[in-house]
Amino acid sequence: MIQTGDSALTARSSMEVYGRPRGGTQPEYRHLPYRSCEKRHPTHALIEIPHTLSEITGPQFTLEDIRKSSCDLTKQGSGEPSGQRIVVGGQVLDEDGRPVRNSVIEMWQANAAGRYMHRWDQHHAPLDPNFPGRGHTLTDDSGHYRFVTIKPGSYPWSNHHNAWRPAHLHFSLFGPAFATRLVTQMYFPGDPLLPFDPIYNCTADEEARKRLVSSFDWDTTIPDIALGFHFDLILRGRNATLFEE
Amino acid sequence: MRLYATTSQTVGPFFQIGLQLLMNADIASPDGLGERITLEGQVLDGDRIAIPDAVIEIWQANAEGKYAHPEDSQPKPIDAGFRGYGRVETDDNGFFRIRTIKPGRTPGPGGSLQAPHLEVTVFMRGLMKRLVTRIYFPGDAANENDLVLNLVPEARRQTLIARECGEGVLRWDVRMQGDDETVFFDI
Repeated sequence: MIQTGDSALTARSSMEVYGRPRGGTQPEYRHLPYRSCEKRHPTHALIEIPHTLSEITGPQFTLEDIRKSSCDLTKQGSGEPSGQRIVVGGQVLDEDGRPVRNSVIEMWQANAAGRYMHRWDQHHAPLDPNFPGRGHTLTDDSGHYRFVTIKPGSYPWSNHHNAWRPAHLHFSLFGPAFATRLVTQMYFPGDPLLPFDPIYNCTADEEARKRLVSSFDWDTTIPDIALGFHFDLILRGRNATLFEE
Repeated sequence: MRLYATTSQTVGPFFQIGLQLLMNADIASPDGLGERITLEGQVLDGDRIAIPDAVIEIWQANAEGKYAHPEDSQPKPIDAGFRGYGRVETDDNGFFRIRTIKPGRTPGPGGSLQAPHLEVTVFMRGLMKRLVTRIYFPGDAANENDLVLNLVPEARRQTLIARECGEGVLRWDVRMQGDDETVFFDI
């Protein structure tokens, strides 16, 4: 708790603030099985600060910022990308189950062969000129979003001997406030690499991990076209009562 | 039903693919109000090696201390065209540069006023979840009584205050580890 005297605490409890994460549901900064952490995690304890107007406001975006058409990643080249077409959709909610409306989602991924269209990805797998691998969208009035894309491949990385990342999509969300910013990854059900991936296995809470895995979904599966996967994203919710006396 | 916030995962090394569209190194338009500044810095790891794959995001108020957000009900003028959002990636030598204006003072806890500051998020490969910090302005008398700054042990406070580095140019580095490690906040 903050040690600044009663006035700060009172101010804090009288403000509607965002709740802190439940123990074990978020990774520690020092997560050494992921080798790149070693020189990049803070060694001092973070300093807890009250939520001021600076933290409960945050950048807001419109369709103009992201261009409307970019939620279909299979339509960004001159032809069809290779791979299994999929639909990934779900709802963005806060921790109380309230939809997060008109909020930007950025998404990026490897192609079907497990290669990113990025100068640093020199993995020996083909690039797909029809698949840049990026999408942007806004959630609708009920917090729903939907991307059409192709299923990304797994790819090797240098974390340890014979290391392979499970297939995943990267998601970036802002939500309503600076405090609600989230970058995460979505995985696919039944991926045999999940038990071995240090990035997926970053939380003490196993249930939290499992929530990063999408579910196969008949409702969004399009006959003859694409398999559907459901993935909800949960942003921090407001929690004014937490600090009340 | 109580839900739990989705677990954070690293932004990874290939974030440019998805984050490029909303990159923005020019937070303030040339005709916007306020004292114009260029903010430069370098992001360094625990061995003081430059980090070429970090993302810095900025959130700030306008020159009057008003945020472009519905939650800000202060009776202060909105600066049309000023959103207060910035995002840059570090270059191959770990450097970044942002052009903006010095924000005004914003409300703090208990009826106080905060010193002018930028809210900062740092992402990078190797970092499992965002880091949050702040940039304060050198020589601003309001720093002395800033409640957040005063939560920081005095010896570490200077990591949050940019340095003058020429006319209108401020320097602020991010050091991930070490004795002079940047102060990061738990919000």
